[in-house]
Amino acid sequence: MSKKINLTLKIWRQKNRNAPGKFETYKTQGVDVDMSFLEMLDVVNERLTREGKEPVAFDHDCREGICGACGAVVNGQPHGPMRGTTLCQLHMRNFKDGETLIIEPWKAQGFPINKDLSVDRSAFDRIITSGGFVSVKTGQAPDASTLPVPKDAADTAMDAAQCIGCGACVAACPNGSAMLFVGAKVSHLNILPQGAPEKKARVLNMVAQMDKEGFGNCSNAYECEAACPKEISVAHIARMNKDYARANNPCNE
Amino acid sequence: MLDSKIPTGSLKDKWTSHKFNNKLVNPANRRKYKIIVVGTGLAGASAAASLGEMGYQVESFCFQDSPRRAHSIAAQGGINAAKNYPNDGDSVRRLFYDTIKGGDFRSRESNVYRLAEVSNNIIDQCVAQGVPFAREYSGYLDNRSFGGAQVSRTFYARGQTGQQLLLGAYQALMKEAGKNNVILHPRTEMLDLVVVDGVARGIIVRDLLTGKIESHAADAVVLATGGYGNVFYLSTNAKGCNVTATWRAHKKGAFFANPCYTQIHPTCIPVHGDYQSKLTLMSESLRNDGRVWVPKKAKDTRPAHEIPEDERDYFLERKYPAFGNLVPRDIASRNVKEQCDAGRGVGDTGMAVYLDFKDAIARLGQEAIKEKYGNLFDMYAKITGADPYQTPMMIYPAVHYTMGGLWVDYNLMSNLPGLFVVGEANFSDHGANRLGASALMQGLADGYFVLPYTIANYLAQVKPSSKEIITRGEFKQAEEQVNEKIKKILSIKGKTTVDEFHRQLGHLVWEKCGMARNEAGLKEALKLIPEIRERFWNDVCILGSGEDFNQALERAGRVADFLEFGELMCLDALERRESCGGHFREEYQTPEGEALRNDDLFSYVAAWQFNGVGQAPILHKEELKFEEVHLAQRSYK
Repeated sequence: MSKKINLTLKIWRQKNRNAPGKFETYKTQGVDVDMSFLEMLDVVNERLTREGKEPVAFDHDCREGICGACGAVVNGQPHGPMRGTTLCQLHMRNFKDGETLIIEPWKAQGFPINKDLSVDRSAFDRIITSGGFVSVKTGQAPDASTLPVPKDAADTAMDAAQCIGCGACVAACPNGSAMLFVGAKVSHLNILPQGAPEKKARVLNMVAQMDKEGFGNCSNAYECEAACPKEISVAHIARMNKDYARANNPCNE
Repeated sequence: MLDSKIPTGSLKDKWTSHKFNNKLVNPANRRKYKIIVVGTGLAGASAAASLGEMGYQVESFCFQDSPRRAHSIAAQGGINAAKNYPNDGDSVRRLFYDTIKGGDFRSRESNVYRLAEVSNNIIDQCVAQGVPFAREYSGYLDNRSFGGAQVSRTFYARGQTGQQLLLGAYQALMKEAGKNNVILHPRTEMLDLVVVDGVARGIIVRDLLTGKIESHAADAVVLATGGYGNVFYLSTNAKGCNVTATWRAHKKGAFFANPCYTQIHPTCIPVHGDYQSKLTLMSESLRNDGRVWVPKKAKDTRPAHEIPEDERDYFLERKYPAFGNLVPRDIASRNVKEQCDAGRGVGDTGMAVYLDFKDAIARLGQEAIKEKYGNLFDMYAKITGADPYQTPMMIYPAVHYTMGGLWVDYNLMSNLPGLFVVGEANFSDHGANRLGASALMQGLADGYFVLPYTIANYLAQVKPSSKEIITRGEFKQAEEQVNEKIKKILSIKGKTTVDEFHRQLGHLVWEKCGMARNEAGLKEALKLIPEIRERFWNDVCILGSGEDFNQALERAGRVADFLEFGELMCLDALERRESCGGHFREEYQTPEGEALRNDDLFSYVAAWQFNGVGQAPILHKEELKFEEVHLAQRSYK
């Protein structure tokens, strides 16, 4: 039989984008420590429903840390206290009996709140639309082994490509900046030879779209890297800045 | 009645000659045709992007907040292709044969051959998109092995191959969205198919944030809405995965094929509590280096490291020396169940076996294992709190994939003209069991390289008319039905939550229609499912309104459909009086406990026609003809 703990949850409740929000307190008894954080919220929601109260809205889907749908700020930390972990993979054994948890949605200008803990991250889709791709049409590709890619370049591209688009980097940043998200995609595609022809346009367009969406700028706080469930390095922001500078000044090429 | 439209000619020339014989839509006319694509996983995103590039007007729908989150993203291990880069004897024919045999000879030869044929194009396309596949120091692509094959043909991107392939397809989709060739509708759920004069002409959707119900008309509708594994409640599927789109299309006339073919994946993290919301897969690729074993003695409670080598039973290696730990999934799962049922299971519940990396770590070093499987080991440690570098993993089978789906012909069109079905949502290529790393291959084959050709042949024969058709009464009527259903669910105000009903159904079908099935159990399930359904419609408790973001309401609609679908799945399992692949009927097994097919009576696709809720559906059979392969009992010994 696994261990049970009691918790006090203070959860942000907000009916919709325009309604005012506030914290509601829920005393929660007998939380099995083998539960994931979202399973704990499921149990709270089941209880609320039985009590005739509307359950807490939160986004989630795969529950194995890869779809990027889930996320909430727990005691000030996006995805909670465990490094390199999404909220769905955070287990209750990381909390102490009697603890109070403050649970909030991502709060950033670029992410308006839908309801309770659910936010609108469509800005990320628009940033990808502005240049986060290689313009190869179906059928145009040469044989996969035509162009060897040095292993270190492929590995670095993969490090960046792991981004799950959850938005924790934005939520963690004091400026609500999306530089880690954008940097990771620019870096992933610009490192690879397949992404080279569109390198300049990609970085210029994606940065312009990021600014347009209302995300702030990077001030080297590195909170994004600390919050990232895939532990994506801020080195990708530096690489993006380098590509951006070069794209703006052809003499640097 | 069921015409599979398999082209004539020799197997290897069918697709080439079919593409030539297909009618084309000229580039200037393509923009006049509207195509709806529901779902943005590998099949849906690749189809929508490719059709957008060709110049059609595409509308893409998904219930997630972004197309990038579809559940293809969770596929871990890899994608098969017949490139033969490792020079180990692979070929299109061998990939074709392995897939047919892996599917226990219950799939269409012509479809599977085409799948193997286009597999190489997929790798080319993905590399060109910037998918960072694993590479060797030479800079060339690396491969690994998967179950059911004796060659290394699996391409991979660490343990996140599905993620990287999906991001490739998603980025292609967003590129087309930027050009307005594709219009995206995220957080929008399809709730009905609209059929006008016997032809699929549109869908009814609900905006999940505002609750608004809307009609969308088109010249063709493509469903890429995935599988129905969540009928079991606990599965490795994402929480949102559901049968609603395909089931509602079925209720509008599309035949549902082979619903009893469900895949139970052998290596998942075992169940640990009643509150559990999902099961987590540990990639099959782990069986490249992990060895599966149980203690020889039943009820042995010693920790793994205290059990000496000669008191361990590496049962897969012992029973199947040729394939060892890499036997196909259905066989591995059944053997794990057999060991646990015999009392040799390990862990607190006794419902687990070991997957041990000790020998691989000793041979290759911890760093090499970390490079190959690091993210999987980390995930295991987070969920269980145990370190798999130090102690063996504990694993147990779980529902993972569904081979059954809407019936389609060679052109991927259902029996309803204008309704195309791609990816896991159709029944086509995997027969009664899918081999590892073949789902990604099929999803992308359908979306990038098959549908764009076959849909053109259909569109070339119809007049573009999406603007005129939407005024037809069928749309209004379908909207009203959807609205009424939502109102009805909200008006019940019972005492039981939707998840409780889902758990009840899931538990029942897992017990009676899971890894092993028998006549008595299936008959019992067929009696009990309608009772749960009845209770659902009298006692479900959904709060809030329909004009709002209401996640419990969304789930209720999906569970209501599972409560109808589950009955069909059990009926199909009852009617198929043989064992094949993932469908294991206890009454039909060899003396060694292997699946015993009955090719004389059951070498057919069972395609069911809806006949009303609670009414017996009508069975249509598509005979499977094998011209190239010789039917044999599968042997991996």
